[in-house]
Amino acid sequence: MQYTTRIQKVSVLGAAGKMGSGILLLTAIEMADQMLMPGNKGKVFILNAIDTSDEGLTGLLKYLRSQVLKAAEKKVVALRRLYADKAGLIENSEIIDAYILDVMSIVRTTTRVEAAYDSTLIFEAVSENQALKEKLFRQINEHNKSEPWFFTNTSSVPIGGLNKNALLEGRILGFHFYNPPAVQKLVELITIAENPTEMVEFAQKYASNLRKTVVPSNDVAGFIGNGHFMRDALFGIQEAERLSDEMPLYEAIYCVDRVTRDFLSRPMGIFQLIDYVGLDVVQFILRVMQPHMSGEKLHSSLLDELVLNGVKGGQFSDGNQKDGFLKYSKGKTVGIFDKLSGSYIDIATFSETADSWLGAVPAEVLPWKALVKVVDKDIFLLPAFKALQVSPDKGAGLAVAYALNSRKTALKLVSDGVARNEQDVNTVLLTGFFHAYGPINNYL
Amino acid sequence: MTKPSCKIYMTAGYNTISLGTGRREFNPRTERPGLEHYMKEAGQGVLSQIGGAQNIDESAVGNFMSARFNKQAHLGAFMPMVDKGLRYKPSISVEGACASGGLALMTGIKSVLAGTADSVLCIGVEVQNTVKAIYCADILAGAGWFSKRKTGHAYFFPGQFSDRAGAYYNEFSREAARKGFARWFRNAIENARLCPTAQEHHNTVVDLEALALTEPNPRSFTDHLNVYDCSKVSDGASGIAVMSEAGLKRAGIAYADAVEVIGWGHAVDDITEDPPQLTVLTTMREAIRQALGSAAITIEQLATIELHDCFSIAGILAVEALGFASHGKGADFVAAGNTARDGKIPINTTGGLIGWGHPTGGTGVHMAVTIWEQLTGKAGPNQVTIDPSRPYGMTINMGGDDKTVVAIVYKKADWKAHKLLEKTLL
Repeated sequence: MQYTTRIQKVSVLGAAGKMGSGILLLTAIEMADQMLMPGNKGKVFILNAIDTSDEGLTGLLKYLRSQVLKAAEKKVVALRRLYADKAGLIENSEIIDAYILDVMSIVRTTTRVEAAYDSTLIFEAVSENQALKEKLFRQINEHNKSEPWFFTNTSSVPIGGLNKNALLEGRILGFHFYNPPAVQKLVELITIAENPTEMVEFAQKYASNLRKTVVPSNDVAGFIGNGHFMRDALFGIQEAERLSDEMPLYEAIYCVDRVTRDFLSRPMGIFQLIDYVGLDVVQFILRVMQPHMSGEKLHSSLLDELVLNGVKGGQFSDGNQKDGFLKYSKGKTVGIFDKLSGSYIDIATFSETADSWLGAVPAEVLPWKALVKVVDKDIFLLPAFKALQVSPDKGAGLAVAYALNSRKTALKLVSDGVARNEQDVNTVLLTGFFHAYGPINNYL
Repeated sequence: MTKPSCKIYMTAGYNTISLGTGRREFNPRTERPGLEHYMKEAGQGVLSQIGGAQNIDESAVGNFMSARFNKQAHLGAFMPMVDKGLRYKPSISVEGACASGGLALMTGIKSVLAGTADSVLCIGVEVQNTVKAIYCADILAGAGWFSKRKTGHAYFFPGQFSDRAGAYYNEFSREAARKGFARWFRNAIENARLCPTAQEHHNTVVDLEALALTEPNPRSFTDHLNVYDCSKVSDGASGIAVMSEAGLKRAGIAYADAVEVIGWGHAVDDITEDPPQLTVLTTMREAIRQALGSAAITIEQLATIELHDCFSIAGILAVEALGFASHGKGADFVAAGNTARDGKIPINTTGGLIGWGHPTGGTGVHMAVTIWEQLTGKAGPNQVTIDPSRPYGMTINMGGDDKTVVAIVYKKADWKAHKLLEKTLL
């Protein structure tokens, strides 16, 4: 089956979710671009957006329209060529409107999984629930006569297990986008030995058409991205708990979050990142990974306790951040959760004490925003880490320990055979987590 | 054209800032000042220097596309909002694409020449940041023939001038041309940094020429030009008073604070036809010929020039149209620093369209304000030396792809000559 034929009938499961909506957007655009190619005139393209939430699907269409508009504005030079034969479409605005209509006309929203029975390609982005994934795959596979390919967006569940339990005969691979899929360049590609060659080739081409950077990962729970993030997050939680001997836990959380963001020039602090992903999602991924990691404890009681109390993070449907470890207001962090009182303590009430305990960020350390724009980052990072190393301040000391742990985790992913090499781990952190530098480096 | 039948002056120039990307106060997501704000600021800026609206007989507003950018036409009727003293006085809005400002000046000049006014308040204004650049391109494409829009580039005018640049590369040398473009950009930004109202005033790039040499990216923009070769999307207005001798006296303006308009050229070519030669701005060349002829001067007598560098290639071709360099040698002439503020002929001393900004309908008036500032010694940090043996300034304002061009020659008003004249008349 040719690339175009394969991508003519597609379904996205969990299309209204955070990841599903992004996958739907990128796939809808790719399908529309295929449809508009001169050789594909007259071919019908169908993209089923399947989700259990009617409300979510309504919001999805609005999201889709606004994002396709942005995408069209960016590629209007190419779109003018694609619509060159449409005499009535003259101005950029008319061509952009026509493109949005073409993309939207491909998408059908539905709450019925049966829609996927006619698809040749199925993207799965439902919650990280192995049993649910397997049930859906098995059901669709049984009723679908065209032996569809399944691309799962799982960030942690081993593909081999899904393949075996859902009886897919090798027609499944891991195609793990990063959040948000429309922005993040990284895709982790997890193949298994049973995959047909043409399926892997299709995945490569699809990723390339989406202008994604593909990093292959071995089929080990958590893969590269979560393999690093989960351990990095657990280390952060442990550090905060350790510091809670000398200060309240909420203050310790504030300190560790600041160290990971401001002292290590990361785009967000580790607790903000956990909130962004969702505490419940992190908890779930840890549970998925734990059985596969003998001799390593991938668990946090603090996390369990917070989730149990309804402190979950994640995002509202409009993209705004929900409160988690941190409380957010207008995009800024304003409070930290205090498990003793079950409420958020205003950062303003203790930040002066905490900041002075940490000490100042060394002048050599650039904020993440400035650092990512620098071409030759070594010029700034070598002196920055040197300054952290020689500083007597507690914040600098915590940052050095954090960076060393991050490197240890990254190297373990290579030695355990999850990643092919050190470069792949760095690429995942650079393109999937927007870090300004890879964890495996010579700065320390 | 013949010599003017009476003396014509310009005075009391005023510029708002040119707002858009590059200015620190610009935020595309927040509400910004509208047309009326800019017109009011520029208009009042002039009136406050000439004793108020009672010293104005008429107004002329240059604007290109407010009907689309702002969904607002009928700009002449905004003048009484600028000052109640302008109520019931004549006011007209004129349009000639990016030469609309130049046409406002010509309207003022003609009213004075006709004797229907002694003092005309000329405003040029455009507020373009109401739309993103990609839609701005649609609107500005109205300066070309609409029948050609379908086959034109997404960024229509950058596409037109990219074609001119491509032809220039082929006919002469790509490397030399791009070096000339890069120096043009550097001059523009360096001059703009000195000027508080310029859009690039806050620019802090260290190696400007290296940045300007960024390879063009046809995927996202044009084949032969990059974004540094282009003027930006700007909001802004400029104002200046065009006066007769009697107008100056009535307003109590000293000759030292005015420039005299001693000649002009106004040439238009067929908008439905392609340029006769891509590497020559033929209409501009003709307007310059007319202007220099009517002023009876040569380019060697010019102290400084404001010319229409909507694109770096337009700047290079304008230098050739003026005759400072022969056909194909303009880029080398610019690359050698001849048009820098300390060069042989300082051009665009407040940054021009690329550095100061290009609020399209306002640009022609902004050019006149800069020349007025330079010739009367009011240019502040932007002041260049005006050699008494070369006392003339010139503005060249272009609409569309070399379709409407207004060129005006100015001279610092000579109070000694006027005293002599007054005595003779008495």
